[in-house]
Amino acid sequence: MAEAHPVGFQWVMEAKKRGAKIIHVDPRFTRTSAVADMHVPFRAGADIAFLGGLINYVLSEGKDFREYVTTFTNAAAIVGEDFVDTEDMAGLFSGFNAETGRYDPISWQIEGVEYEAPAAGMRDHWESDLRSDGPGQSEQGELREHHAAMASDTGGGAGDAANATGAPVRDETLQHPRCVYQVLKRHYARYTPEAVSRVCGMSAEQFLEVAHAITENSGRDRTTAWVYSVGWTHHSVGAQYIRGAAILQTLLGNMGRPGGGILALRGHASIQGSTDIPTLYDLLPGYIPMPNAHLHDTLRSFLDADAAKTGFWGNMDTYVVSLLKAWWGDAATAENDWAFDYLPRLTGDHGTYGIVRDQIDRKTYGYFVVGENPAIGHANGKMQRLGLANLEWLVVRDMQMIETATFWKDGPEIETGELATEDIGTEVFFLPCANHTEKAGTFTNTQRLLQWRREAVHPPGDARSELHFYFHLGKRIREKLAGSTDERDRPLLDLTWDYPTFGVQDEPDPESVLAEINGYDADGEHLSSYTQLKADGSTSAGCWIYTGVYADGVNQADRRKPGSEQDWVAAEWGWAWPANRRTLYNRASADAEGRPWSERKALVWWDAENETWTGHDIPDFEATKSPSYVPAEGATRQDALAGTDAFIMQADGKAWLYAPAGLADGPMPTHYEPVESPVANLLHDQQDNPALERIDRAWNRINPSQSEVYPYVFLTYRLTEHHTAGGMSRFLPYLAELQPEFFCEISPALAAERGLEHLGWATLISARTAIEARVVVTERMKPLRIGDHVVHQIGLPYHWGSNGLSTGDPANDLLGVVMDPNVHIQESKVATCDIQPGRRPRGPALLEFVESYRRKAGVEPGGIT
Amino acid sequence: MSLFEAFSGTANSLSGPLPDPTTDAGWSGDHPKRVGFFTDTSVCIGCKACEVACKEWNLVPDDGTDASDLYRLTGMSYDNTGDLGSSTWRHVAFIEDVRPHGSATAAHGGQQTGFLPAGLPAVHGGGNGHTPRDADTAPPGGGTVDLLSLLPDDGAHGQQTPDDERDVRWLMASDVCKHCTHAGCLDVCPTGALFRTEFGTVVVQDDICNGCGYCVPSCPYGVIDVRESDGGAHKCTLCYDRLGEGLEPACAKACPTNSIQFGDLDELQAAADARLAELHGRGVHEARLYGRDPDDGVGGDGAFFLLLDEPEVYGMPPDPIVTTRDLPEMWRNAALTAVGLGAAVVAAFWGGRR
Repeated sequence: MAEAHPVGFQWVMEAKKRGAKIIHVDPRFTRTSAVADMHVPFRAGADIAFLGGLINYVLSEGKDFREYVTTFTNAAAIVGEDFVDTEDMAGLFSGFNAETGRYDPISWQIEGVEYEAPAAGMRDHWESDLRSDGPGQSEQGELREHHAAMASDTGGGAGDAANATGAPVRDETLQHPRCVYQVLKRHYARYTPEAVSRVCGMSAEQFLEVAHAITENSGRDRTTAWVYSVGWTHHSVGAQYIRGAAILQTLLGNMGRPGGGILALRGHASIQGSTDIPTLYDLLPGYIPMPNAHLHDTLRSFLDADAAKTGFWGNMDTYVVSLLKAWWGDAATAENDWAFDYLPRLTGDHGTYGIVRDQIDRKTYGYFVVGENPAIGHANGKMQRLGLANLEWLVVRDMQMIETATFWKDGPEIETGELATEDIGTEVFFLPCANHTEKAGTFTNTQRLLQWRREAVHPPGDARSELHFYFHLGKRIREKLAGSTDERDRPLLDLTWDYPTFGVQDEPDPESVLAEINGYDADGEHLSSYTQLKADGSTSAGCWIYTGVYADGVNQADRRKPGSEQDWVAAEWGWAWPANRRTLYNRASADAEGRPWSERKALVWWDAENETWTGHDIPDFEATKSPSYVPAEGATRQDALAGTDAFIMQADGKAWLYAPAGLADGPMPTHYEPVESPVANLLHDQQDNPALERIDRAWNRINPSQSEVYPYVFLTYRLTEHHTAGGMSRFLPYLAELQPEFFCEISPALAAERGLEHLGWATLISARTAIEARVVVTERMKPLRIGDHVVHQIGLPYHWGSNGLSTGDPANDLLGVVMDPNVHIQESKVATCDIQPGRRPRGPALLEFVESYRRKAGVEPGGIT
Repeated sequence: MSLFEAFSGTANSLSGPLPDPTTDAGWSGDHPKRVGFFTDTSVCIGCKACEVACKEWNLVPDDGTDASDLYRLTGMSYDNTGDLGSSTWRHVAFIEDVRPHGSATAAHGGQQTGFLPAGLPAVHGGGNGHTPRDADTAPPGGGTVDLLSLLPDDGAHGQQTPDDERDVRWLMASDVCKHCTHAGCLDVCPTGALFRTEFGTVVVQDDICNGCGYCVPSCPYGVIDVRESDGGAHKCTLCYDRLGEGLEPACAKACPTNSIQFGDLDELQAAADARLAELHGRGVHEARLYGRDPDDGVGGDGAFFLLLDEPEVYGMPPDPIVTTRDLPEMWRNAALTAVGLGAAVVAAFWGGRR
């Protein structure tokens, strides 16, 4: 965190000053480790073993916050009889189809809850490569599997839980052998301190020190927070890493309480904002799933599939209709289903790697690259550049002439002769853009806090803000289409696209956009809460969770009352979604009766006298719903949630220790080795995530597991001095001089083993390519003992490319692409390679060099097609 | 300083405790309080924001274009700046500190190729010129101090693995001009380009400096240096132009963890004393203040530090003494010698006539 988020880290240092204990768990000894109370080194890719170990410690030692667990979680729910755990299936859960590589989640269900498979009419083999025509598979199973696959292609909403009806059977004593608590306990029983030590490489004593620290600092009086970044998400089991932390924090009672929680640090300012109002293909604003072309013909079928019957997702109809009204205004009517058909639809995996694969296959021909440098910053740089080379047009908006805009003349593939400039037909449009100090707007941080920033200086020359670009691009397209009678142009022509502009460059007023996102009622007044939204077309809101950010016509995100002038919650600094709540699910900060768990950790509580929830924070609960409220039979939406159901976005109002639905790779996190690992899975027979996604192509060869040809682990990361793929730092002398060259960090032991010299050159080789880097030998890198193996880890900062003042080979070129099946994110924080002294071969010789490694390792030949 | 002043002792003082160097430098008594930096290295995270903010505000050129046109690693851990100089007014040192764990005796792995420990900057004398780096020059590095002898018995943090017998500590510290109570650079400057400001800080005026370089060897810390590109001497001004506007210096403003604290010197000293006591109370016995003592060889620093090890480990001189401390004595001796010689000559002539 100190490395990549030094500004945010000031608060960690402040907490430390006040006596907080800082534990840093990281394969490397970093700037964070340097100031932490404790650094726990471990092997990249072994996090679930570590988290599972902590869960096992909590359960086997009885350290869970029992009253919290029984009140707020699904620990008491009884898992159906058909469920078979990894313990009994050699590392697989029940429902796995080896032919499709997909799980049928029906057997994971909770007893008493009925799971409705999609109606037969929805059956549609739109994703042909996932279809299985194999014999012996029940039609229902295929259907559900298909539905699971579809669910994993759409985020947000209630997901699979939308199809669950009925009350779960519960055993409040937590003694039933099939209750979630006991299932969990059995699942993690083998994750003992010794097992953790063997898998992760830390000592059992170190592990126990962490276990003691987090359990001693959790409970009524104390809370523990977990902070993670892409070191957790960039894995083939990334979503399950986060689930692991969620289970642990829920067991310890650290959710919905001050000082608790799981905080995701993002790779870039306002990535949270670009998830809320998403740049993700599978989401609409406010975590509403993107409809599917073949499953969601009408708004009704869409809501039936993704809006829960109970909980606040039960109001998804109001969110969706208000969104459609914000986008299409008067053109969205009850008669045309609120213009639901204007929305784009999914036809499969359109994640970034799926898109690039389609580019190489010439199925996708245009590409906007904004604020990214995929030729450097994304995994498997060759794949990225091949995609770029097969386009018809490419728009790059950046502050610098980044490698993504120049790949056609100086990319690594030009040097090797795999591509020739004259053969590349891609027309590249490079447009200079304004940076964050040159435009106004909001940043949304990891705490969901929206903070308005003003334009400090005008952008230079032709540089323009994103808002300017898209607004005027839209205007020009609409001008070109004006008068069209073609049905397919209606969504563009009917858009509400009339923002006021100012200045000589006709900059759209960003506050008018914020007001549209906030939404209006039927009288054109600014809305103040998402609970005001209606499904009858009388309200509009561009992002339901942001409703309230422009309440009373005031830009609430622009509030700057200093912390010293208000209480510790600081509710008047910026604005947090939803409804300016600073801690989500904060109903859980009070016990079943609504009393704070302790004075020290009081956040919100039930005021019995006035029959209302009150407190320091804005209660994340219906204000007048008593703790003793019991829903009536057949109640829907939030009315179906009891006065103790703190997790109001869940259909059952409970925090899920066990996830019967929603995940493509199992209801509980299980340790699987990274796809490229030097060791066998010491915990289960199943080596890697059975449901992970692969792209089996010549330009994406994968190193065999436990290969002696690629014996070392490498991990990629960022340095404080540079920013992501380098566009904002390698071109600036003051930053470039601080970390002037691409380097690899290795231990003295590995240096001795391979004859590498400090500041000499090294060549790193994977099945994709070979790159060269300066060698930095440091005691901060330590070999780890994993089972019978000594595992060496190599650190690779990934900032470099061929352009700018400070240049070097791109570390991400070394990576292949295998993906988490839930979110299609690549496993880029751990892979294997070889390392040798000296510089890499140049030109076509490089291809032969890499091919010779592939041959030795028994990997199929590489290529660019 | 004139010969007379030096001889008679009427000049501003050159050594020893001095509560108010500003008045000593000739400012009237109602000048602002003396300001300075307290750099608490125990909370430094090595982000180098201070280095960049300093260069941005003061328009200091980058080292790459000024010295060598090469962007090369120094090999000194994450420190690619090297040292303070004419184009580096804030410098963050990174010291990778290795110590035995438990009863360890054998070195791990028996490697000879690496370099251990990484990143201990050599202790420099005065006149740290920027050394151009190129691909073929061996990097500086390798300790000049026996690290193991300096190690505290216990520390707050460190890395240790089951397979390893040594722990690593990573020290970071942002160095800067000390704005000495007795500033050698100021004392020797023949043009008056260097002067003591109303804030008690020491600043060089670019338009007056003639680049003679006398100040360079006179600094006991090796801070000030002459820049090749413009021929002038340069160093930290403690953002003199910002102080006048009531702003804190750029480095302190940019520091995210408040490792660099700016303020009135007496308040900073009190804060530092409290911080030291707090750390000692928590068992961080290796913590110490550097440049805090008004009785030291420079009369105490306007910019002082909390360190977690001996100053040598950070590349700082353990016992800096203002280079002009002995100047009055030297002038007196020289004068006495001159008088004596004169008397002898007179005596010789007197005797000769006889």
